[in-house]
Amino acid sequence: MENLLELKNISKIYGGLKALDNVSLNVRKGEWLAIMGPSGSGKSTMMNIVGCLDKPSTGEVFFDGKDVSKESGKKLTELHRDKIGLVFQQFHLINYLNAVENVMVAQYYHSMPDEQEALEALERVGLKDRAKHLPSQLSGGEQQRVCIARAIINSPQLILADEPTGNLDEANENIVLDIFRRLHKEGTTLVVVTHDPEVGEVAQRIVRLEHGKIVSDRENEHFTD
Amino acid sequence: MNKKRKMFIRMIVASLVRRRSRMIVALLAIIVGATILSGLGLIYFDVPRQMSSQFRSYGANIIIAPESDGDVSYEKLQKSITYFPSNELEGYTPYRYENSKIHNMPVTLAGTDLGSVLKTSPYWHIDGELPAKNGEALIGAKLAESLGISKGESVSTVNTFEITGEMESIDIPDYEKYTDPETGETHCDHTLDLTISGILETGGSEEEYIYISLEDVEYLTLSKRGYDIVEVSVASIKDKLSEYTEKISKDIDGIKAKLVKRVTASESSVLSKLQALVFIVTAVVLVLTMICVATTMAAVIAERRREIGLRKALGAFNSSIVGQFMGEGLLLGAVGGILGSVLGFLFAQYVSQHVFSSPITFRPLLIPITIVASVIVTGTACLMPIKSAVEVDPALVLKGE
Ligand SMILES: Nc1ncnc2c1ncn2[C@@H]1O[C@H](COP(=O)(O)OP(=O)(O)OP(=O)(O)O)[C@@H](O)[C@H]1O
Ligand SMILES: [Mg+2]
Repeated sequence: MENLLELKNISKIYGGLKALDNVSLNVRKGEWLAIMGPSGSGKSTMMNIVGCLDKPSTGEVFFDGKDVSKESGKKLTELHRDKIGLVFQQFHLINYLNAVENVMVAQYYHSMPDEQEALEALERVGLKDRAKHLPSQLSGGEQQRVCIARAIINSPQLILADEPTGNLDEANENIVLDIFRRLHKEGTTLVVVTHDPEVGEVAQRIVRLEHGKIVSDRENEHFTD
Repeated sequence: MNKKRKMFIRMIVASLVRRRSRMIVALLAIIVGATILSGLGLIYFDVPRQMSSQFRSYGANIIIAPESDGDVSYEKLQKSITYFPSNELEGYTPYRYENSKIHNMPVTLAGTDLGSVLKTSPYWHIDGELPAKNGEALIGAKLAESLGISKGESVSTVNTFEITGEMESIDIPDYEKYTDPETGETHCDHTLDLTISGILETGGSEEEYIYISLEDVEYLTLSKRGYDIVEVSVASIKDKLSEYTEKISKDIDGIKAKLVKRVTASESSVLSKLQALVFIVTAVVLVLTMICVATTMAAVIAERRREIGLRKALGAFNSSIVGQFMGEGLLLGAVGGILGSVLGFLFAQYVSQHVFSSPITFRPLLIPITIVASVIVTGTACLMPIKSAVEVDPALVLKGE
């Protein structure tokens, strides 16, 4: 299987602190990868670099065979728009747009806003009846699910999710994991950052980070397709 | 409408409507700016009209006088009056000056049309009444003081004539002939009794005359003749006024019409000063509006850094970010401009009613001008803050610091 992502000797240094320390990692197309590790181990930092939101201090990032670590501006924006769906650790919704409009923003920058399609995406995360609510009128878990609906709306090649189930109860967590399963079946590459072993253990492959270094990288023998 | 444009409009409207509190400050600033712009704009264009009617009520602006010696005959006056369009002619007052004596002191009599005198001299302040009939007189305050005459008194004016052959045939009852023993000439004293109906106060040379009717002058002097000067009040612009005076002077022999410098000159200088003032005030207010909008927009953008980072992470180009905020700014500018042009009209109307006591002329063109101007002012004010929006780094913002 071809690699969708290749990280080569990535370091990210904040002042004296090495948030990522010479990390190399390949992610195959269609792979479902979980990144686990304690708080402060560099998971979000890595996700930002993989998602081309941030640049590594040293090292290279290849996306679909192209070196994107030196790219800038427009090219990266196009990459976000066309290939990557992001779910952030803090749910970032636009506070003056309602749920369905927040989903439509992703469509707006990608191609064409389509309210019907956006409503269907909300339905997939179990939020169809909350479509007209503003973020302030939604619970934390509901907000997070809106973010997931927004990430999947353009059917991206790669989904990067940072703690996507951090605020969810079990029922909602299962909704999200079902969505991931379905995306995985459809061939989407998934990179999921999580603390939660239950969320980690359903992935195909599990990478552990500690102090900015990969300390383990294993296939999940319990993975069921 | 294209779905993308629809979404764009939906987003900027949502931003303005659902985030009211912030935007209301900017909107208020724009409304105030637009109100001042359209209100003072209306006044600016209306001032010339208003002022000319103000100055018109300030008195005569044309005088007609004999070219050299002689006078302005009744016929010539009637003819020259036809040169003024009747809707512009406010009034005219002829004057005939004669020397006479009161209490044996020389005085100058001014015979005039006491019914129309206030049309050309509206600033006259009269203690008492204007003479209502022959035999009554209005006396200038200075003259009254030097003669020791007060309101309500009766005085006699006396004219002394040398009786020439021609005049001997005139027979008037109170006409006492006597012969000067030194020169041997025959004289007569002709007396006119007058009741002082009022004292005239103007602060000017008018206070040195005594005003009576033209008939009384004719009676006293035993002669009928034309006028020494005619004051005319015409409601028109300066160029037209000079056109009229030139025509009259050219067409009618022996008389000369000219503009009264005092009024017309000050009229245009006051006018240009007032317009300059209006212009400066408007410019200052627009600059203040711009500063206020820029400050608010900068605060709004600082507050929305996360949103900007998020939009970028979702694939927004810098141009889309600029578009979003410019769209909000310009919509705000347009709404402020529309409200401002309405409020500006009310404001100008209020000012006009209170300052000029006449309604303002509505100029529809000022509405689009105000809207375009507030859109431009708002757009300019947004430029700098929006530049900082483009520089937002999505990574830093999304990590939630
Ligand atoms: N902008 C920054 N400036 C300085 N230090 C930073 C910055 N961003 C992250 N760090 C540091 O880098 C390290 C890794 O941070 P990161 O956010 O990747 O942790 P994480 O693994 O996502 O933790 P968590 O599970 O708590 O989200 C932390 O020690 C953090 O303090
Ligand atoms: Mg993190």
